[in-house]
Amino acid sequence: MISVLTDENGPVVESTEPGQLVDNFFRLEAGRMVSTLTRIFGLDNIDLAEDLVQDAMLKALQQWSFGNIPRNPSAWIMQVAKNRALDILRRRTLFQRKETEISRTIESRTQLQAEPAFSEAEIRDDQLRMIFACCHPSLSPEAQITLTLKTLCGLGVAEIARSFLTSEEAIAKRLVRAKQRLREAKVPFEIPAGDELTTRLDSVLQVLYLLFNEGYNASHGPELIRWDLSSEAIRLSELLLEHAACNTPASNALQALMLLQASRFPARVADDGGVLLLEEQDRSRWNKTMIEWGLYYLDQSAEGEDLSVFHLQAGIAACHSSANSYESTDWQKILSLYDMLIEIDESPVVALNRAVAIAKVRGARAGLQAVAEIQNKKQIGSYYLLHAVLAEFNLELGNLQQASDHLLKALELTHVESERSFLARKLRRCEDAKARLSMRRKSA
Amino acid sequence: MTTEANTFMFILRGGKSRRDMSPTEYGQLIQKYLDWIETLKNSGRYKAGDPLEAAGKVLSGKGGNLVTDGPFAESKETIGGYFMIAARDLEEASEIAKGCPIFENEGTVEVRQIAEKPRPEIQQTAG
Repeated sequence: MISVLTDENGPVVESTEPGQLVDNFFRLEAGRMVSTLTRIFGLDNIDLAEDLVQDAMLKALQQWSFGNIPRNPSAWIMQVAKNRALDILRRRTLFQRKETEISRTIESRTQLQAEPAFSEAEIRDDQLRMIFACCHPSLSPEAQITLTLKTLCGLGVAEIARSFLTSEEAIAKRLVRAKQRLREAKVPFEIPAGDELTTRLDSVLQVLYLLFNEGYNASHGPELIRWDLSSEAIRLSELLLEHAACNTPASNALQALMLLQASRFPARVADDGGVLLLEEQDRSRWNKTMIEWGLYYLDQSAEGEDLSVFHLQAGIAACHSSANSYESTDWQKILSLYDMLIEIDESPVVALNRAVAIAKVRGARAGLQAVAEIQNKKQIGSYYLLHAVLAEFNLELGNLQQASDHLLKALELTHVESERSFLARKLRRCEDAKARLSMRRKSA
Repeated sequence: MTTEANTFMFILRGGKSRRDMSPTEYGQLIQKYLDWIETLKNSGRYKAGDPLEAAGKVLSGKGGNLVTDGPFAESKETIGGYFMIAARDLEEASEIAKGCPIFENEGTVEVRQIAEKPRPEIQQTAG
């Protein structure tokens, strides 16, 4: 029988109304359950944990389909998972002698903690342990993100495959390999402490930022913004911040950066699905609450000496967020932040963004010069934004032919529909201007 | 509901979920059931509904002494639960049963009328 827990455990996900489940209820619960069960059975038995989560959801399906959703669905489903886990542990104790080596390690592990803990605080920490495991440096960034989406965000293989425009088979393989890697590397299921925490936390922040960007700058596919991925990065980052040891200046800065960027999501896509640049966006559509929270975290991040890449990027994002109009943007301040950023991160992408700030402060010619300095670097030449930026500068300087050449080049380099439609729009305007000019020349 | 409504029992069997269903898909499937029940309630047809636990016993033989533990049959024959629904006749009840989301997962619904109780006197049907 299932005993329903008291309300003290509090539903983590609030039901919108009785008999209704919020859309992401099972996704979030799956993330919580699989983390806690992984603590009980060990990281090398993560498949067992996932199986038990599947059982719990099946049980919910069987019971709730008849219209009776428990008052605290979150506590209910965790209780089901807990009962199944305890069942397995008891059975293993019973048949210990017949059990294999693997289960003996489980046994010794669980004997240390006679009855596994299921408190809210413990469940929260389990998710952090899972974040650190998924973002372990022994895994490739791809594997880190995929494993995070599967275990912590409760996404199915098919859903992840759709997100990355790849086959389900490829994702399934990637997951198997990642879990194998964690077993081989004997990654402990814990929140690291001391010096290790600093480096491991760094790697977690990197993964969350990649996840956020995967949603923000969808590098492929029809949708410009995949809000689900970005919002998951923000949610997991919130989990980190709730833990004192993980609440560092850098993690605050990352959360600030993501919230400030995300605040512009509603204004970033035009009605036709095209991307809107900062200067074209209706600023009244920016999410004010997110900006306020972003600025709050930016403020929090200022404690201590640490000045991370996230600090500077969040600072830049804040400059945009605090400007009432594009014209009143404090480009001087933005440029000074880019000057600092390029000291720590000399990637061509940062340099390109810095060139835009230079153009704003010192004019398009200075911008062109700044781009010329990075253009020969590897990779950046085939980056569509480089050509979009060069087109912009040339347009400003009245070099219509060069502008349209760069726009054509940029079009060749991106496959995101919304970006293409934006570039095409720009190109049409450029061609119109060229046509008008030649008309004027003829009539003159 | 008209006074001439009869009560029907919908017996739901099988409808096993796919093993690889994602959490979101579980949520969506449950939501379909909830929506279906909601429309039944709004139209005054819903009377009751409950799931059955998977575990049980079958008693048979003299004095019920032959006891077997469930599950009793193949999972596709396992009864998941029942609904009590008000409908005019078997035709209408079957029509209502067609809306049950269980068919998306290869389940079945058996529709049975609760037998009419013998009435002490012949009722006047409204003209």
